[in-house]
Amino acid sequence: MKKYIYLLFVIFLSNAYAQDSPKKKKISFKVSGNCEMCKMRIEKAALSVNGVKYANWSIPENQLRLIYNSNKVNIIEVHESVSNSGHDTSERKAPSEIYSELPLCCLYVRE
Amino acid sequence: MFKNITIYITFFLYVFNLSAQKIIQGKIVHKVKSETLALEGANVYWKNTNIGTITDESGDFNIYSSDKTNKLIISFLGFITDTLTISSDKKFVHFLTEDLTTNLDEVSLVDRKKSSKLSFTANQNLILVDQSELLKAACCNLSESFETNPSIDVNFSDAITGTKQINMLGLKSPYILISEENIPMIRGASQAFGLTFTPGTWVESIQVSKGTGSVINGFESIAGQINTELKKPFTDVPFFLNLFVSGNGRLELNSHFNRKLSSKWNTGLYINLNQRNQKVNNNSDDFLDVPLTDQLNILNRYQYTDLTKGWVVFYNWRVLNDKKQTGQVSFDPHYDRNSSQIWGGEIDTKRFDSALKIGYVFPEYPYKSFGFQAAYSNHNQESYFGLRKYDINHKSFYTNLLFNSILNNTNNKFKSGLNLSLDSYDENIENTNYSRTDRNFGTFFEWNHADIEKLSWTAGVRLDFNNNIGAFITPRLHFRYAIDSSTILRISSGSGRKAANIFAENQSLFATNRKIFVDKGENPFYGLLPERAWNYGTSISRNFKFLNKNSTLVIDYYITDFINQVIVDYEKEGVVSFYNLDGNSSSKSFQVTFDVNISPQLELITSYKNDKVLIDYRDGRKQKQLVPENRFFFNLSWNSIKNVKNQQWKYDLTTNGVGSQRIVENSINPNFNQSPSFSLINTQLTRVFSSSSEIYIGIENIGNYTQKNPIIFENEPFNNKFDSSQVWAPIFGRMFYLGFRYKI
Repeated sequence: MKKYIYLLFVIFLSNAYAQDSPKKKKISFKVSGNCEMCKMRIEKAALSVNGVKYANWSIPENQLRLIYNSNKVNIIEVHESVSNSGHDTSERKAPSEIYSELPLCCLYVRE
Repeated sequence: MFKNITIYITFFLYVFNLSAQKIIQGKIVHKVKSETLALEGANVYWKNTNIGTITDESGDFNIYSSDKTNKLIISFLGFITDTLTISSDKKFVHFLTEDLTTNLDEVSLVDRKKSSKLSFTANQNLILVDQSELLKAACCNLSESFETNPSIDVNFSDAITGTKQINMLGLKSPYILISEENIPMIRGASQAFGLTFTPGTWVESIQVSKGTGSVINGFESIAGQINTELKKPFTDVPFFLNLFVSGNGRLELNSHFNRKLSSKWNTGLYINLNQRNQKVNNNSDDFLDVPLTDQLNILNRYQYTDLTKGWVVFYNWRVLNDKKQTGQVSFDPHYDRNSSQIWGGEIDTKRFDSALKIGYVFPEYPYKSFGFQAAYSNHNQESYFGLRKYDINHKSFYTNLLFNSILNNTNNKFKSGLNLSLDSYDENIENTNYSRTDRNFGTFFEWNHADIEKLSWTAGVRLDFNNNIGAFITPRLHFRYAIDSSTILRISSGSGRKAANIFAENQSLFATNRKIFVDKGENPFYGLLPERAWNYGTSISRNFKFLNKNSTLVIDYYITDFINQVIVDYEKEGVVSFYNLDGNSSSKSFQVTFDVNISPQLELITSYKNDKVLIDYRDGRKQKQLVPENRFFFNLSWNSIKNVKNQQWKYDLTTNGVGSQRIVENSINPNFNQSPSFSLINTQLTRVFSSSSEIYIGIENIGNYTQKNPIIFENEPFNNKFDSSQVWAPIFGRMFYLGFRYKI
């Protein structure tokens, strides 16, 4: 039984430490939006790109913060995914027909 | 004169200073088809303040900026309330959206915040209870705080121990894992009285999860899990006082002191005194209706918070000293102990708890965190009931290491970790000694997949090695499926096990002279097997408009199926037997709850519950004794609108309908084998005088319904048929109470 306990402990610790690898990168860029509903939509679009680990969009700052695997993700894919959900990013404009379909509270002022 | 000028100048400077604040200008509009229309009369106010204005006929408003917050709330009846973050004083235009959908997350901003509600997003059937719910009932400890919650039934206390036990899904509290800040708390020796050892004012919030729940805190939950979060020194008010007096002679004093020690350290001292030194006997028997009590409870917490580095540390210690005296009115422990003329008893409990919790969130990776908990407790109860003596000492050590992170991305989170627990029991009952040590090492993994719009799940498994149970696996699975944006279906299943601490869990047997028989076997727990069960449940909840009011309907059905259970058999008069289940034992619990917000001030909750708890006793399959098959619950709560001085009225009315219960054999009243059904009404009125003080008065059991002869063979307390545990209704009738709360 003791053997199992040690084994489990080792698995547990290696699991805990193996998480960080050098290819993990952080980035943040501007995404336009207004409200909680925008936040859900933007984060969902960002996470739908394979390799994006974490996405957090801040309402007051209009900044999207990402943690992603740089071996898997070309960051322009995230700009495309988010803009295709109706939100302008610093690199890509959302298609007008998608923007106009957004709920009223999400109709941010376009630049 | 000169003084007046000074005041004048000071006042002028003050006003000038005010006007130096920025003016925020805006326009509130809404869309009708493609047209943009101004919204007149919308409320615009700073969050958590009384500073606000309304929009004029062109939808325009002006408001001074606030130094407390930059969150501006815009609300208008029939529209979704928006919270805007104001970062500049640039004039802006804001669209409000008509509230056509009934998305709970948004509606809850318009309506008053519910004090108890089913979580919309959790994968489990999770009911969140906040502090204002705890203020609805007659004070004072955790067991009483569930009286306004339809999912948890509070039983009637027997006259001897005076303790209210709780039931969930028709099963008693030992089948519920009750934890305090995620450390299992009410277990082993504290099972009988533990809920009365946590004062209600210490509690910040309660999470009730139906079904086996999560694997993280252990394998012992079968019917559900209840976790309480205590007040935190960092967020609690600097000073709090609660005084409570009730018609049955109970006096209660609660005080909290919280202090900042440094920029990162905070400490809190929480003291609770609970006394009942007046002998109460309103019915015709010779016995006290409620025991005499003297309880002192002290908790000291230290909290370290460093949010930039991601550390949070808690250290608590707590001492409890509780004395109860019970039995015949004339019993005097100094003279009558061990007497076979006057029946009486004393229960003396001393408990020490200490816990350390460390939490760390990786500042670089906000989805990644570590948690460590270690807790020690020493629970010592010395007691006698008539000529029967019962002592128990339970020392417990528990530690848990938890790691949270993600799989692939933050829609897939996992929790993994280890726990180790040591429990040593030493019991003496009528000169027989039972001692036992339970050593358990467990490891767990739980995967949480989140998708609010479609299917999400929590899948957990734990592997435990226990010196008395062996090695075993505990799987638990929860699914949540959003049928549409307002209808959620949940399905869960899982297993649980526990060691039955037969005496500690069933202390009401000491309120009898029944002879105790325990089946002798080769098994570790008093010769009995560990208890083991599967629990399956399904629940559907829907938010909708009922007569144009926001309403929620929840339908639950849970089955608990025991593979092994220690049967507590009171069927034969004069005897209580404990034996392993031979056959079937199951509990099927069906519940419908409907609640409606009649107005932003008025909420109505009704609930019907059916519990079929069928057990194969040695003499056949029967509904468990004293478990009503049908229950009905009704709660109306009303709050007036707070005025500018924060004055407010709060009113609460709760009715509990209790169906007929099966009564065991009793030679005094041989034809009485089903109790009548009845209902109990409680009410409370609170007057809030200001944000710091309030008074509450209430009446429990308005209809004065009592069980007429709660004690069987009351005139022969040393006869082995003497039994005061067969309680199916309140012993104490109508009770008035009065309380006062003050905080700084």
